[in-house]
Amino acid sequence: MNGSSDLINALFIFVLAGFIGFEVIRRVSPLLHTPLMSLTNALDAIAVVGAIMLVGEHKSTLATVFGFIAVVAATSNIVGGFMITDRMLKMFKSSHPAAKPAAKSVTN
Amino acid sequence: MTGELAATQVIIELLYLVASVLFILSLKWMSSPTTARHSVWAGEIGMVLAIGGTLLNRGLDYRLIAIALVLGTIIGIPLGRVAMTAVPQRTALSHAFGALCVTLVGSAEFYLRTPNISRFMMSVLSLEVILGGLTVTGSLMAAGKLQEILPQRPLTYKGQNLVNFLLLAVAVAIAVFLVLHPEAKSLFPFMVLIALAFGVLLIIPIGGADMPTVISLLNGYAGLSAAAMGFVLNSKLLIIAGALDGSSGLILSIIMSKAMNRSFTNVLFGAFGQVQTSAAAGEAKPVRSATPEEAAAILSAANRVIIVPGYGMAVAQAQHKVRELYDALTKRGVDVRFAIHPVAGRMPGHMNVLLAEADIPYDRLIEMDEINSDFPQTDVALVIGANDVTNPAARTDASSPIYGMPILDVDKAHTVMVIKRSMNPGFAGIDNPLYYLDNTLMLFGDAKAFVGSIVRELTGGHG
Repeated sequence: MNGSSDLINALFIFVLAGFIGFEVIRRVSPLLHTPLMSLTNALDAIAVVGAIMLVGEHKSTLATVFGFIAVVAATSNIVGGFMITDRMLKMFKSSHPAAKPAAKSVTN
Repeated sequence: MTGELAATQVIIELLYLVASVLFILSLKWMSSPTTARHSVWAGEIGMVLAIGGTLLNRGLDYRLIAIALVLGTIIGIPLGRVAMTAVPQRTALSHAFGALCVTLVGSAEFYLRTPNISRFMMSVLSLEVILGGLTVTGSLMAAGKLQEILPQRPLTYKGQNLVNFLLLAVAVAIAVFLVLHPEAKSLFPFMVLIALAFGVLLIIPIGGADMPTVISLLNGYAGLSAAAMGFVLNSKLLIIAGALDGSSGLILSIIMSKAMNRSFTNVLFGAFGQVQTSAAAGEAKPVRSATPEEAAAILSAANRVIIVPGYGMAVAQAQHKVRELYDALTKRGVDVRFAIHPVAGRMPGHMNVLLAEADIPYDRLIEMDEINSDFPQTDVALVIGANDVTNPAARTDASSPIYGMPILDVDKAHTVMVIKRSMNPGFAGIDNPLYYLDNTLMLFGDAKAFVGSIVRELTGGHG
């Protein structure tokens, strides 16, 4: 009933998001593959929302303890992941710093 | 359900929708270094909205949540400040943390819901904890190897693949049983434990040279397990984030295995450790070597130089000296570029990050496919700490274990200079015919010290 339509919806979302992922990530510059990985890692830590519910709802001791550790692990990925991604991206400089920010259109 | 409660739910879902869009934009902006820094902003805003939305749920124990968030932040800050050379192991560690979160949430959900779990739900839940569990220990093992706490050499034994397959088969069998009998609570921990053990065994036979592929693959697993968690919790946001992360990991693994001319299964089950000892034990062939003075003279007489960095440069922490060399040569009007092999280093893009850290402009870092045709017109190819990715045997010797792997054609340059500690074969134990070519000069020494001496020669001679 409701359960199976939820499942179909979820599958639709998964497949479509997977396609978007493939198309978007195919275009990521190989220069940035390391920051890409730390960024997706931080984004993936969105799993923290599930863990927050476990901690907050306090349904059983086990669930609360597991949820607590999960929130700590995911939060450290969010904080550390975004920080290091930003640090890495800051380092990538072009050899034409004098050129205007729209250096993309510069020929050759 | 009261109207107010429903309204809150709508707000939460809308916040999740905005977060999903921001996550996709975040990845889209990674397409170019000029827009990449927006990526972090988009990701951060999305994350804040999603967490904020979650906290709108009624009746949550905020105190405990706050403690966990603060604790996570305290652990996260040092992980965000590690040295750039430690990024591969940090990345592996964060895959482990991400997977740990997923595995714990999955396990907690199982115990909360058993025995009322539909077959589909139990299948996804099993997938979540098996993938999550093996990613936790697999990533910890990878991090340990990269940090050199664990031996980096691949460990292989007879029947290794059989043991691994059997172990996985047992985990899957338990999963199938649980799908049919979700009330069999006592079996669940065994499934998780086997997944954890499988993760360890999976990485034992993996050598350092395979790390870029393995890290990418673990990234993909972490993403897929998070997507599975999204199915379990019926969270569209989580499904989207997991699918994005999963596809990212899978694309990177495909790129990495292509760059090594190997299939996924070959990387995971074919252990590179089967060293061709016969080649390594071959009789000593003559090589030509040069001093820093000679190397400096050749470099300063060149018009076009391509530097080929590899993991050895990272180990020797030579990237800042390389930058000085780049400056000294550029000042003399030499055109210096860097040739980046996709699997140079220990993770995708490793060399780019190290060289960018040393302030080398990213438009000087050229991908293999783009730069390979330029080697014949290049005066000097300077190889710093790279080995297998420059091995011409990959093109010519069908019996070589790396035969067919795309390489940087450094041997086609007029002069090749290779900075190397000694004639010991590289990590994969494969002999490199490049070193015996007539146009090759071996520069024996530590990469950092040797580049330093060349720089001293160049700058000293100039003023």
